[in-house]
Amino acid sequence: MTSQAIAEQPMSKNSVQQKYSGKPILTMTGVRGGYGDADILQGVDMQVTEQEIVVIVGPNGAGKSTAMKAIFGLLKVRGGSIVVNGTDIAGWKPNRIVQHGVCYVPQVNNIFREMTIHENLEMGAFLRKGDISESLERVYTLFPDLKERRSALAGNLSGGQRQMVAMGRALMLNPSLLLLDEPTAGLSPKYMEQIFEITRNLRDAGLSILLVEQHAKQALAFADKGYVLAAGSNRHEGTGQELLADREVAEMFLGG
Amino acid sequence: MPFMEFVNFYLMPGIVLGSIYALGAVGITLVFGILRFAHLAHGDLATLGAFAALGVVTIFGVSPWVALPVAMVVCAFMAIGIDKLFYDYLSERPKIIVVMSSLGIALMLRAVVQVVWGVDTETYTRGIVRPDDYWGIRIRDREIYTIIAMFVIVGVLWAFLQKTKWGKAMRAMSDNPDLALLSGVDNRKITMLTWGIVGILCAASGFFLGINTELKPLMGWTMLLPMFAAAILGGVGRVEGAVIGGLIVGIAEETSVLFIPGEYKAAMAFAILLLILLVRPTGLLKGKVL
Ligand SMILES: Nc1ncnc2c1ncn2[C@@H]1O[C@H](COP(=O)(O)OP(=O)(O)OP(=O)(O)O)[C@@H](O)[C@H]1O
Ligand SMILES: [Mg+2]
Repeated sequence: MTSQAIAEQPMSKNSVQQKYSGKPILTMTGVRGGYGDADILQGVDMQVTEQEIVVIVGPNGAGKSTAMKAIFGLLKVRGGSIVVNGTDIAGWKPNRIVQHGVCYVPQVNNIFREMTIHENLEMGAFLRKGDISESLERVYTLFPDLKERRSALAGNLSGGQRQMVAMGRALMLNPSLLLLDEPTAGLSPKYMEQIFEITRNLRDAGLSILLVEQHAKQALAFADKGYVLAAGSNRHEGTGQELLADREVAEMFLGG
Repeated sequence: MPFMEFVNFYLMPGIVLGSIYALGAVGITLVFGILRFAHLAHGDLATLGAFAALGVVTIFGVSPWVALPVAMVVCAFMAIGIDKLFYDYLSERPKIIVVMSSLGIALMLRAVVQVVWGVDTETYTRGIVRPDDYWGIRIRDREIYTIIAMFVIVGVLWAFLQKTKWGKAMRAMSDNPDLALLSGVDNRKITMLTWGIVGILCAASGFFLGINTELKPLMGWTMLLPMFAAAILGGVGRVEGAVIGGLIVGIAEETSVLFIPGEYKAAMAFAILLLILLVRPTGLLKGKVL
């Protein structure tokens, strides 16, 4: 980035943007919307910059999954903007968003159960034209368990391995932004640590990641930034360490 | 009863009829699995296919076998067109409305057949064909071709679904439609592709029913129940299941006359459907729950 470009960066006061001057990948501003007529999201602001892990925590029903679905155009967004890589993507169809470099691993039903691991990964690369063997190799290197069982039906795998298939599928398009909705829900500590490890490695390799987590303490410990969402709006934000140190956050959302 | 008599008069006709049902049931299972509704116009689309082939035979004086591919193309475009005009228009509405509209389409298709070809019984070729004898099995050439054609058509479809990019996308859409969309699959294209394939299958089942029996405007409608029974027996969404289901229903219908009066033959499909829904609603191969 040239010095002129840095000088042109907006210097808003109460924004986390100021502290992290990397290139913004995702910027949500005042996003409102819901499934029916009622607004579940009451104006959500969030930003993910290049090569960082941003963690969203909050109680059940806070609207964490809904915020992710809003990015992917899966609910009615009635206000605000969702800018990815400099383009407002509000109202786009999922296949266009995927082509724009955003991939999403939903909280539930995130694999093709009656297809093999290999076919799940191939479906992840559906929009790619040419040879996908390099991406396949990359995913199999990331998740060696999957390579061994590549012709097993995804529906027959253990919970941890299913989650790996789901992440692998989303990585097949080499996205610049990855949305992960509770990838460690219901997993053993061993698998949880493995998924977190892979998430950190992906960031170090250049990916930006928006991660919803119930294991808030563990996730905030390595997050570059965190948001606490409650009742459909932002409650707190800061670096992972700041949120962990915040007394109110600790008492209300991290179980004391 | 001697064994060969059973084979020649009950089992072989059952396999032939079962192959015809199987072609229809595979289409029904695809619509069920991918588009998620019971397509009641399936039988009448098969009727249209059979009569389209008859039209080609009478106009160009060609053999019915030459007319079959033409009928397949006609039915494929017909199915895609019906979807564009009606089902797609209703796609956001509750599925029961789409199901009911398909009943309306069934009546419309039948009316078209009756207006164009009349209400009389027709045949592709005149004259009686005697069965040939192969090591004691008495079977007509057209019956052999029916069975072979069913396995070839379903085999090609199966390979398409297993091996090609768009075939896999169809399976993905049947497996987890939301995730397929998130992977960038365009569901409009999958829908059109599905209807094209369903049209081809319908034309084949109507044609083979026509060449083995006669062509009547109600021929497809009367196949609807057995075809649905076959699809559900095999497991909804399962192509191999629909073939097995079709053969079982066909054989059950033809052998039922050994135990019950012939007039009740058609009730066999109903009995099988009822039984499978009570005992194993997911079908023989585990299919989707209805
Ligand atoms: N498909 C839907 N249709 C209607 N309302 C929904 C739908 N999904 C979620 N909601 C509602 O939206 C609100 C927010 O749900 P959301 O799934 O975003 O919460 P969450 O923060 O992800 O919770 P959890 O930690 O349980 O995953 C809840 O009140 C929920 O009942
Ligand atoms: Mg959630």
